[in-house]
Amino acid sequence: MTRTVVVVGYGMVGHRLVQALCERDIAGQWRIVVLAEEERHAYDRVALSSYVDTWDAADLTLPHLEVDLRLGDPAVAIDRSGRTVTCKSGEVLRYDALVLATGSYPFVPPIPGKDLPGCYVYRTIDDLDQIRDAVQKANRPGRKAGMVLGGGLLGLEAANALRGMGVSPHVVEMAPRLMPIQVDEGGAGLLKNLVQKLDLTVHTGASASVIERDGDRLIAKLTNGVELDLDVVVFSAGIRPRDQLAREMDLEVGARGGVVVDEACRTSDEAVYAIGECACIDGMVYGLVAPGYAMAEVVADRLLGGAATFPGADTSTKLKLLGVDVASFGDAHAATEGALEVVFNDAVAGTYAKVVVSDDAKTLLGGILVGDASQYTLLRPMVGRQLSADPASLIAPAGGGVELGALPDDAQVCSCHAVTKAAINAAITEGCTDVPALKTCTKAGTGCGSCIPMLKTLLSEAGVEQSKALCEHFTQSRAEVFEIIRASGIRTFSALIAKYGTGDGCDICKPAVASILASLGNGHVLDGEQASLQDTNDHFLANLQRNGTYSVVPRIPGGEITPEKLMVIAEVARDFGLYTKITGGQRIDLFGATVDQLPLIWRRLVDAGMESGHAYGKALRTVKSCVGTTWCRYGVQDSVALAIQLELRYRGLRSPHKLKSAVSGCARECAEARSKDFGVIATEHGWNLYVGGNGGFKPRHADLLVSDVDTETLVRLIDRFLMFYIRTADRLQRTAGWIEAMEGGLDHLRDVIVHDSLGICADLEAAMERHVGSYADEWRGVLEDPDKLARFSSFVNAPGTPDPTISFREERGQRVPVQLGIPEVATR
Amino acid sequence: MTVVCPLDRLLPYRGVAALLPGGVQVALFRTGDGNVYALSNIDPYSRAAVLSRGIVGDRGGVPVAVSPMHKNAFDLRTGVCVDDPDVSVEVFPVRVDAGMVLVGVP
Repeated sequence: MTRTVVVVGYGMVGHRLVQALCERDIAGQWRIVVLAEEERHAYDRVALSSYVDTWDAADLTLPHLEVDLRLGDPAVAIDRSGRTVTCKSGEVLRYDALVLATGSYPFVPPIPGKDLPGCYVYRTIDDLDQIRDAVQKANRPGRKAGMVLGGGLLGLEAANALRGMGVSPHVVEMAPRLMPIQVDEGGAGLLKNLVQKLDLTVHTGASASVIERDGDRLIAKLTNGVELDLDVVVFSAGIRPRDQLAREMDLEVGARGGVVVDEACRTSDEAVYAIGECACIDGMVYGLVAPGYAMAEVVADRLLGGAATFPGADTSTKLKLLGVDVASFGDAHAATEGALEVVFNDAVAGTYAKVVVSDDAKTLLGGILVGDASQYTLLRPMVGRQLSADPASLIAPAGGGVELGALPDDAQVCSCHAVTKAAINAAITEGCTDVPALKTCTKAGTGCGSCIPMLKTLLSEAGVEQSKALCEHFTQSRAEVFEIIRASGIRTFSALIAKYGTGDGCDICKPAVASILASLGNGHVLDGEQASLQDTNDHFLANLQRNGTYSVVPRIPGGEITPEKLMVIAEVARDFGLYTKITGGQRIDLFGATVDQLPLIWRRLVDAGMESGHAYGKALRTVKSCVGTTWCRYGVQDSVALAIQLELRYRGLRSPHKLKSAVSGCARECAEARSKDFGVIATEHGWNLYVGGNGGFKPRHADLLVSDVDTETLVRLIDRFLMFYIRTADRLQRTAGWIEAMEGGLDHLRDVIVHDSLGICADLEAAMERHVGSYADEWRGVLEDPDKLARFSSFVNAPGTPDPTISFREERGQRVPVQLGIPEVATR
Repeated sequence: MTVVCPLDRLLPYRGVAALLPGGVQVALFRTGDGNVYALSNIDPYSRAAVLSRGIVGDRGGVPVAVSPMHKNAFDLRTGVCVDDPDVSVEVFPVRVDAGMVLVGVP
């Protein structure tokens, strides 16, 4: 007999409950009905501030679940005796179990003027849409200004969102420091310094006494006497449980709100549960998602006849606020009697670390990390456990931190997916030999990525050798071979393999070295010995097709082409009988050319002012663009001009794998820039740069690297990004895989190429300048050199004789290859 | 044997194709030690006449040419596919005489 559970509320915690129940209710005991207030699917509210990067709600949406989901139809009344719920639509649903997951609402302090137009709360996607509308309508010349009331975790997130909209935020916090719940005075002092460098103004120990309207502006008067001239005000001063339904149905509520539940998350009515921010458990209301998830798991288990109990809340937090690492765990404020604090405060390096230990200094109780939270993943699992060393060594710069070997088996290595050290070691025993295998097998490292160094350590501790050798001829990795060539001045493969490798080389190391030589600027790719290293595509500067013919792609920068050039391409295609197709990269591909025909085709293309499109190379392919401001009614920047500028700048750049790019002129993203290795999207104030996108076999959206930069900064950052990739990636590793495999991931990449943490940016830029300065069209180079031209012959003893194995038939009015060695009938 | 070309048309580690009487295609290779090899130019996997355009090197010391189509490596001495010994290409007799490369019929 199927019973019905009605879930009231579809935030992250409600979604987690439904997901857990769907996964575990194999027998189909429960029919699940979800009543959601918002008109959209459940989404990741924790990542709300990232919504301003793309303004695409789909990026935040949680997985869809196959249940009876009523969007925009919240519960309005509940009859406990009849066990029915009345929905806003008027429908009455009967339930066997009811789960309240109504979450919380933002607390707005009773300040005069709080309801004026231009004042908002920060809680939902709709809130952000409204704030954006207000910011766009504000007609202040220059940079707009906003105030965030509340300097806690959410307040700083809201300030970050405002920054993302091009607004300079003032953060006003009543407590004497930022993030008073998670961070102590020392940590908050550093945090304040770090965020103020990012265009935030912080007012602590202050509140707003009144907000007034003055024409288009809002004027906020603060209790410390400061007056702020603003375009928008955002309240983010804490949350309150939404327990109104529970009060109306006479369930017990806590003194400070929240539906009182027992350790099974059951309310005073045994058919009714409450979970997440609307619940009051052990007298506490938790405003974090992790305790809410734990409650959802408890209720899922209980509904299926289990006896799970709430394990207690882990309020540990690690996050990146405005690019600043902040972590707080355990007894961060040393509230335990006799607790001792050990603090390292390095104002020069911009890091603050504190550990709290028991009075005998033997047990770790908690801690705070600001500026660098890399030790968090190792320290947090040690809370409540005996320390094997001096507490200071845990955080002292030279102390070495916690040894991975000291971690107990049940300690979580990956806290994003709750993967323990034991689970990872088990996966290694079962045959995982590298980090990607561990990611697939255990999910560890697929969240924030901060545990990837630990995964590598666990692999090497288990005795797994991770070979980085390029191939059987070179024990070095591609990055090492690159550095050897760069530093040694060796410019031939034979000299390189004689000194640093073994044997004759192969189809792996030869093209890899050819690519490195080309990246370093070593003349034409067919000069001298380099010619013998090239794959057939680079050797014939065209793309090999299945019947042994080649295809030809002239460069069409940004996809912009004159009718005259288009006619030349059309005439060449007609005269040589080439199959013609428009590519995904806004170019034209001409198929079916024999090696003898290639120079004849290119003679005509080069004479008409065209050049190689490098479709054959591991090199920059195209920079696709949308229509841009010149024509488009919606565009905000000239995407076509930028795409052409970028394509001409990076044309001919050889890299570990192909490079694709695109520029979109507005957030509608018609150029699909986020599927590219480097994609640029216009904003009102400049450009957003995204990196590491991929289509193909393993699609990946590119990550936002920087926002609102001007063209000069943008080009400089792309220069650095590409050169850093070319120097350090593995062979045939796209930028997506390169970033995923990088220790520290995107944050590390940003440190290196935006903040120049390695001090190599000037060198990277100089290398790119050399490339740009030395660029020459490869096809023109062939046409002007009789020795190179002589290679374009089907037969050494019969130049000009067509290859007898190649023949064509007609399909839809064009020539296509006859399948080789296979009768035509067999292919139908 | 048919005279095909001067030896200096064969660059070390780079193949060329030659057309023999009867339309037979042969791929000629020269390795760094000066040896010259001749195999059928037809890649048995794709049936395309492309073997001469493959990269020449070694697999565990065995001199090979790697088909540019799907990267199968063939032993230059025996024509046997290194990755799949059941597959092989024909080997042609070849010799260098007075600076000219001569190829025979197997």
